Amino acid sequence: MKWLPILLLLPQLLIIAIFFYWPAAHAVQSSFYLQDPFGFGSTFVGWENYADLFGSAEYRKVAWFTVIFTLLVTFLSLAIALLLAVKADNVLHGAKTYRTLLMWVYAVAPPVAGFIGLIMFDQTFGPLTRLFGQFGWDFVLGVNFNDTAFAMVLVSVWKQVPVNFIFFLSGLQSIPRSVREAALIDNRSGMSRFWDITFPLLAPTGFFLLITNITYALFDTFGVVDTLVKGEPGNNPMTLVYKVYVDGFRGNDLGGSSAQSVILMVLVLALTVFQFRLVERRIHYT
Amino acid sequence: MSFYKTASLGVALSMTAGVAFAETEITWWHAMGGALGDTVNQIAADFNASQDEYKITPVFKGTYEETLTSGIAAFRAGEQPNVLQVFDAGAATVIGAKGATIPVQDLLADNGVAFDINDYIAGVRYFYADTEGKMIGMPFNSSTPIMYYNADALEKAGVTAPKTWEEFQTTTAPALKAAGYTALAQSHLPWIFTENFMSRHNLPFATNDNGYNGTDTKILVNNDAIKAHFTAVTEWQKEGFFEWFGTGWGDNQSKFEEGEVAMWLGSSGSFGGLLKKDLPFEFSATYLPYWEGVTKEPTQTFIGGASLFAMAGKSAEENKATAEFFRFLTSADTQYYWHKATGYVPITEAAYEKAKADGHYTRFPAAEVGIQQLQMPAGDNTKGYRMGFYVQIRDVMNREYGRILTGETDVETAFKNIEAEANKLLARFAKTQS
Repeated sequence: MKWLPILLLLPQLLIIAIFFYWPAAHAVQSSFYLQDPFGFGSTFVGWENYADLFGSAEYRKVAWFTVIFTLLVTFLSLAIALLLAVKADNVLHGAKTYRTLLMWVYAVAPPVAGFIGLIMFDQTFGPLTRLFGQFGWDFVLGVNFNDTAFAMVLVSVWKQVPVNFIFFLSGLQSIPRSVREAALIDNRSGMSRFWDITFPLLAPTGFFLLITNITYALFDTFGVVDTLVKGEPGNNPMTLVYKVYVDGFRGNDLGGSSAQSVILMVLVLALTVFQFRLVERRIHYT
Repeated sequence: MSFYKTASLGVALSMTAGVAFAETEITWWHAMGGALGDTVNQIAADFNASQDEYKITPVFKGTYEETLTSGIAAFRAGEQPNVLQVFDAGAATVIGAKGATIPVQDLLADNGVAFDINDYIAGVRYFYADTEGKMIGMPFNSSTPIMYYNADALEKAGVTAPKTWEEFQTTTAPALKAAGYTALAQSHLPWIFTENFMSRHNLPFATNDNGYNGTDTKILVNNDAIKAHFTAVTEWQKEGFFEWFGTGWGDNQSKFEEGEVAMWLGSSGSFGGLLKKDLPFEFSATYLPYWEGVTKEPTQTFIGGASLFAMAGKSAEENKATAEFFRFLTSADTQYYWHKATGYVPITEAAYEKAKADGHYTRFPAAEVGIQQLQMPAGDNTKGYRMGFYVQIRDVMNREYGRILTGETDVETAFKNIEAEANKLLARFAKTQS
């Protein structure tokens, strides 16, 4: 009977092995080679692919952009969603309609969100381009690096706010009424009640969202980036994940892009360790 | 047991009988979307209707890059199509992988389809050929960069389309600006202002005979002529003669269609699309201008676009079907139909003659510009280029050119970066080929 648990676990283990460990091992192996895309020839190059990446000023630039982009998207998505959730929590009449309308965008897929961004920021007829023009901002998507970056952040945040909103709202609603009422007696300032009582009690939700939002900004924004640069990166900003695609799938440089994915794997690993070791200890789930 | 054996033998026999009578089916992966895709489907349908032994199924696989990547992935999985469309920048990858494709010249010879490279127009003969001049890929949608112009705008400004860049900056552009137009835009800086800049002025683009003779190639892009050109472009931009609307092809083309830009450098293959759009002004086209200060004898341009490769690892019957399809595709009738519908150049002399005889160019003089430009005098550096990881090299160019045109960097630094990064990519590619 010692084998029964293992037998029952086997299907799950197989799935993990086939779909996660095997490709990951393959990527690690490819990252030490330079190989012909068709698979005819390959040369073992050791750490050269990695050395090339770290030696490349462009790769470092892309990495920096990814860090700033991730911080901005995560912070703005969380902050805006929290604000909306707190406000929605106080709405008494028509609360359902209000909430439904706020969750609406949740169903939009990233490439579709990117496409909507393309329309809004079109160089000629984009309503937002025109709006910015009114304020003297000559916004040109796809030409100016910062303008394209702005559009990427805006679309990514817009797409993520509803998800965070749903979680924050349910987090708020699970705070016991008695706690809130007690706080109301002690402190009449809504602002400080929020920071002293509500915010700490929301911390588990907030922490969970922090991790999912970082992952979102790092990986799931691919569709937004791809659509907004129209598949032609040029001088536009891009994220690390998009660069893996550009070099591997457009450029057919399998070794180089494998090395890039291994770097991303290490990054995710670090993020996970950080999540479980450092922060989980300090956050108390009720 | 013996019953089963007999039964299965019978089934097997009837199956082979079925195969013998059925038509041979082949697939064709391509990157032609929209109206071009409709034309591709029409050609396939015509081929299928023309005989009953073979059937070709075209499949649209997305952009050029996506099509090549799908083809490579499929080849590695043993599921490759019979015919794969590969674009100019991917040529080195697919031709470098010997054994991935059957050289089209061998395929035709083995299947009894007559082939003479001299039947093809001069400009398309050797771009997709190997060092010995053997044609590896069948040129399909061949285009070349030409200059479209808004005839109404030029008339209003009282100028004609410029032949040289000197004429452009001293005469044409100031007049167009005075008439309220942005004089010039273009849609593909690496293709038009780099690769074809080299070809038009007969300048070497890379060592090893533009990369045809080996993989230890170095790019020769960091030269004074092209740097002077880009410096001039930035000056035109400051003067309001030139505007850049980003790396995307369409963003630049649409400004011409809207009438804001008077002259636009695009592909000869854009002609069919422009014609269908029924623009609110008369348009025509002329040759890509050149710098008289660089050469007094401008040469032909490269073909761009893509070619069709016969993938290896298919049965003899299927290869025969592919050869027959190529015979159909290169026939004067099919080529003329393709040329008329899309604006891509006809790849054979016979098709070109047919178009002339039919009066196509009397009706649409602009349709002839691309093919005439491809038949201009050739030089040592005009048959094409062959560089690995070229898609990424183009990405580097696009990035640096974008930075020049948004003032983030200067011409000197940009070209130094392009040279260094391109050479690094070429060296990396050389290592994949061992």
